[in-house]
Amino acid sequence: MALPKYTEPHYRIWHYFYLLICGCVFFFLIAPLFVIFPLSFNAEEFLVFSDGMKRLDPDAFSLRWYKDMIYGTKNPWGLAARNSFIIAIFATLGSIILGTLAALGLSSRHMPYKGLIMAILISPMIVPLIISGVAIFFFMAKVGLAATHLGIILAHIILGTPFVVITVTATLSGFDHSITRAASSLGSSPYNTFMKITLPLILPGVISGGLFAFVTSFDEVVVVLFLAGLDNTTIPIQMWTGLREQLSPTILAVATCLIILSVLILLTAELLRRRSERLRGINR
Amino acid sequence: MSSETGKILTTDGIPLEESLKQAEKKNKIKAFLLVAPLLLFLIITYMIPIGDMFSRSIDDKMVTYMLPKTYKAMENWDGKELPSEEVFEAFYLDYKILVKNKTAGKLQTQLNYEKNGFKSVLKKLARKQKKFEEGNYKEQIMKVHKRWRNVEYWRAIKRRAPSYTYSKYLKGIDMYSNEDGKIVQVSEDRRIHRILWIRTVEVAFFVTLFCFLMAYPIAHLLATLPMKYSNLLMICVLLPFWTSLLVRTASWMILLQQQGIVNDFFVWTGLVADDNRPEMMYNKTGTYVAMTQILLPFMVLPLYSVMKTISPSLMRAGKSLGATPTVAFFKVYFPLTIPGIGAGCLLVFILAIGYYITPALVGGASGTLISNQIAYHMKSTLDWSFASAMGLMLLTGVLAIYWIYNKLVGVDNIKLG
Repeated sequence: MALPKYTEPHYRIWHYFYLLICGCVFFFLIAPLFVIFPLSFNAEEFLVFSDGMKRLDPDAFSLRWYKDMIYGTKNPWGLAARNSFIIAIFATLGSIILGTLAALGLSSRHMPYKGLIMAILISPMIVPLIISGVAIFFFMAKVGLAATHLGIILAHIILGTPFVVITVTATLSGFDHSITRAASSLGSSPYNTFMKITLPLILPGVISGGLFAFVTSFDEVVVVLFLAGLDNTTIPIQMWTGLREQLSPTILAVATCLIILSVLILLTAELLRRRSERLRGINR
Repeated sequence: MSSETGKILTTDGIPLEESLKQAEKKNKIKAFLLVAPLLLFLIITYMIPIGDMFSRSIDDKMVTYMLPKTYKAMENWDGKELPSEEVFEAFYLDYKILVKNKTAGKLQTQLNYEKNGFKSVLKKLARKQKKFEEGNYKEQIMKVHKRWRNVEYWRAIKRRAPSYTYSKYLKGIDMYSNEDGKIVQVSEDRRIHRILWIRTVEVAFFVTLFCFLMAYPIAHLLATLPMKYSNLLMICVLLPFWTSLLVRTASWMILLQQQGIVNDFFVWTGLVADDNRPEMMYNKTGTYVAMTQILLPFMVLPLYSVMKTISPSLMRAGKSLGATPTVAFFKVYFPLTIPGIGAGCLLVFILAIGYYITPALVGGASGTLISNQIAYHMKSTLDWSFASAMGLMLLTGVLAIYWIYNKLVGVDNIKLG
């Protein structure tokens, strides 16, 4: 954004100052993530840059922490990763199904008590996680689902559905209902209309809501801390324990993998957002 | 054919009005049925348990159920002088059962909360009561320990008679009801919760402020830059947003440790001496820095989505009408961004006030917040009713903020990304 030629000097200075501030903030946001990356290849056990690393000595770098992450003796990461993926996948599916159905109902203009119901449906997003954790723990303990996969999956469905409800409702707000009526008038059953007309059109919203739900579940630690037993340990739980007890470079290796995962998720989310903007005819 | 020609009929012969009403009703039911599974699921697994937290927080049936005969006998006791033989006998009978069932320990703990020193008195009674003879229990009990002659102890028992109590809520704000039933503050050195509440609000407020001050310029830059540059810079906001909270906290732990990069940098610039590196983690500084960076995207995104809709021609119009850039900014641009500011601040404040993970890891003792206290009582002291009470107090606060926000700005303005 070039300044026009007639800009007065002190505004020019102010402008560069503003750009400098912006640069600092962007640096503050992104730089911490990049510290983890080189340190996870550290050959030594300390979480500081060794002299060898500063000289870019190849001997100072190694993959030993990645090996430790995968093959290490009595390492918890394999089990944790498996649990995390199982829980996150089922929680996402559950959130998508329940959330999409609810969003379809909510965006119908016949829906009674819309405001109240919407408030209930998105409340898990507003209520502080620690309170949700306590409440869900009491419920799961009562019905005997504490320390089970099913209990954690249900808990994550509770936390994940608001995202699906919000994104799908937003997608449906630009939805032309006359096309579903057209389909019905041409003899399509409601199920067929949904599968062939509505779903393909709202799919970007559903998937991006699903991504939110997946990340919520995959990254969730507060509720799992209350619910998980020894068999249901997840990646966040292991990281939490590791960070509390001793910060080992293995955690950084895991963290690097998680950052790569989040880059992939970010790319998917961005592609979806652009597609849905194109479909909704928002061109910028 | 119908004789009422005034009404329009459908082909089925039903008046149109009625038929429409039926269709409307059908649609309503259909819409509701779509929402019903999630609504029901949330009510059962989430709303009712939150209500359950309330009943847990005021529940005080334990003592009531342990001393049924005593409380029945105490009904007519005015609490001024020592109770009658009848009460002593009832208490002896209740306590005998408790000792026999090996549940007397719970009563000892509970009554000790009410009156310090009750535990030892009760323990002694548990040992001696085996040799009690029938009749004249008042004499026998008072002989076991002289404190049984003190009416204070009997009042303490009486105070636990109701099956509901709000004492946990009082405890949450460092108050308690004393021997006379008056609500007073706990002694000064034990007022820990009030400090935590104030600190929580303080941290949430300043984190929100810092986030706002940092997010406003970059949201503005992102909204005004050409698409190809802003998309690239947007990654700087979105990548942390999608990255695991624990990963980001871990990176701050590495950066802020005493031999960490931030301290190295300070030493290098000569701001601090190498042997005098400041402690930046395990205190409030760590909590502030890490929480601000972690919550910053939640401020940038709503601001950005509002700023994106403001046409640049408005500022140009302001300037062409003679406003300086500063005046044009404060009179034209800034007021238009207020919905975004509101949404961002609400989001960050509500998230910050209930934050748990980051303060627990980088906060140390002076940087922990109220949620850490809740977790502590849930997991360590197992005082679940107290944890519930504090949780509900926090929830009330959050809902109040949300309600005020809704009145002022309207919740519909919140957008995700």
